[in-house]
Amino acid sequence: MPERPRSERPQLERPMIEIHNVTRSYGSFKALDDASLTIKEGEFFSLLGPSGCGKTTLLRMIAGFDNPTSGLISVDGQSMQGIPANRRPTNMVFQSYAIFPHLNVEQNVAYGLKRLKLAGSEEKRRVEEALAQVSLTGLGKRLATELSGGQRQRVALARALVMRPKVLLLDEPLSALDKKLREQMQVELRRLQQAVGITFVLVTHDQYEALAMSDRIAVMFGGRIAQVASPKEIYQRPVNRQVADFLGGMNFVKAEIVEENGASLVVDTLGFGRVKTDKPKAFVRNGGAATLGIRPERLRVLWDNATAKFEVAGKVVERHYFGEITHLIVEIPGLEKPLSVTETNDFGADDIPVGTSIRLAYDPDALVAMAD
Amino acid sequence: MIAMRRFLASGWLSAYAFLYIMFLYLPVVFLPIFSVNTAATPKFPLSGFTLKWYEDLPRTPALLDATWNSLVVGVSASILSTVLGILAARSITRYRYPGRRAINGLIMAPLVLPEIIVAISLLLVILQLGLSLSLFTIVLGHVLVCIPYSITVLTAGFEGFDRSLEEASADLGESAFGTFRRVTLPMVAPAIISSLLVCFTISLDEFIIAFFLTGTDATLPIYIWGQLRFASKLPGVLALGTLLLVASFLLLTIAEILRRRAARRTQNEGGLHA
Repeated sequence: MPERPRSERPQLERPMIEIHNVTRSYGSFKALDDASLTIKEGEFFSLLGPSGCGKTTLLRMIAGFDNPTSGLISVDGQSMQGIPANRRPTNMVFQSYAIFPHLNVEQNVAYGLKRLKLAGSEEKRRVEEALAQVSLTGLGKRLATELSGGQRQRVALARALVMRPKVLLLDEPLSALDKKLREQMQVELRRLQQAVGITFVLVTHDQYEALAMSDRIAVMFGGRIAQVASPKEIYQRPVNRQVADFLGGMNFVKAEIVEENGASLVVDTLGFGRVKTDKPKAFVRNGGAATLGIRPERLRVLWDNATAKFEVAGKVVERHYFGEITHLIVEIPGLEKPLSVTETNDFGADDIPVGTSIRLAYDPDALVAMAD
Repeated sequence: MIAMRRFLASGWLSAYAFLYIMFLYLPVVFLPIFSVNTAATPKFPLSGFTLKWYEDLPRTPALLDATWNSLVVGVSASILSTVLGILAARSITRYRYPGRRAINGLIMAPLVLPEIIVAISLLLVILQLGLSLSLFTIVLGHVLVCIPYSITVLTAGFEGFDRSLEEASADLGESAFGTFRRVTLPMVAPAIISSLLVCFTISLDEFIIAFFLTGTDATLPIYIWGQLRFASKLPGVLALGTLLLVASFLLLTIAEILRRRAARRTQNEGGLHA
């Protein structure tokens, strides 16, 4: 199914964070290289990339812990140039949580409120409200050292949210949690963001985390922003091989461009023949060569005499069992690399012997052309 | 056979450990014992129990002067070395720069230098500078020997201090000074107090440097040294020594408790990074 164009989403959204041509250099090394980005009000936005890609640098510059070498950052229409961290309308959840160990939970959450000189009852009310938001009601008197990792994370969240920031910045907040807790917190964070309606900017190197929680994702490599799009578009229509690869398994097939126009691209391949695909946004042609990609789960095994409009034939050379799914490595005549196929085990894909000749069905919409 | 050997080994080890501890502490135990003995000469058998040597102490003006001098020197030296120690420990734990290890090593060196050589060198320098010998020059000498201890205690307290704590404070709207007051200081306070106590104790007991660098004012160890010339004054010295011993022991115990608390506090937080 083709993706719905983004123009159908409401256009009322106001820009909350604007990054204009921001570069951050350390000597000759550019941690961030001419990045431009607009994050909208109320959006759950993720900066995704491997370590060293500049995502944390960008987050810390929004927070005010670091300054751009050149370029401008504005929050809610106000330039942040020269404004120190303590006077920015942003709050941060640190990777280490940075819970003050000499204060209890309540005092941690009230830390920033103390400067606002609220009435005692008002302060107490806001602290309780924040603790309730993160399901920590009743733990106010606990010391930080008596909390579990998940609870510390909630304290860090409450301490930031109680300030009612315009933007909440989250620096790899789930990376210290075990897998199960992490998945639970993903759901909770998303729910919380929708409840409070604050713009969230999340830094993560975990593609599943970004896909599961975000409205939009910016994928970054080597200090540059490679692609900004919705999770679905990033996953299904990656702009280049690097992005495709970072977001999970992808089969790459060499392709030759036959025709290029505004919206579509026609390419010739061995194995898949001549294919017409949607042209990715920001596609930059690099000579006549391109790459055609298809995700392993978009290839289906055809059983017995079943036929499909689009199919390729090959031979199983490897089989890997993963419980609910099986990975098949299938050699296709004419392709330099075998295709990897992810098949559910409902119909016995886990029993296909290595060496079997099989046919694979695919939907041409699942094929995506990319720059090399 | 193996059990037998193990028994022997453990038996020998226990005996060795017992002798070791005896050797370290037995002489120290004699001090309080003879300080409550009625006889003026420290000799067994003990002749009777008395507290008169202790009662005599406050009636000795020279002793009171020496105590006052020691307090002045101890307080000044501990504050000075702790302030200098804070700066050095902060730099060592927080920044990475070329020569960091070398500087650290040089700062720690007075720990192993022969104290008498240090004392003589200091005396030469001070005389060359034209300073007259006084309590102030003792303070300078004591700062030199206290700093390694101060830095050791403070580095333990500062190590693992998660820098994001200060960033979190700024992020929550607090100014640089407010952050220092509300986060940094409370976090490292136990280490600072511990350093003050350790330095004070060292200064209180220090003899060689004080002996070389003093003018006419005596500190407690110098006073004790002077009293040793008179056999009749020995019980008084033993009583005074006992008091110093107890005071040092108490101060160092408190310092150690605080140091451990500080280390635990910062390390709990830092440990999360792993």
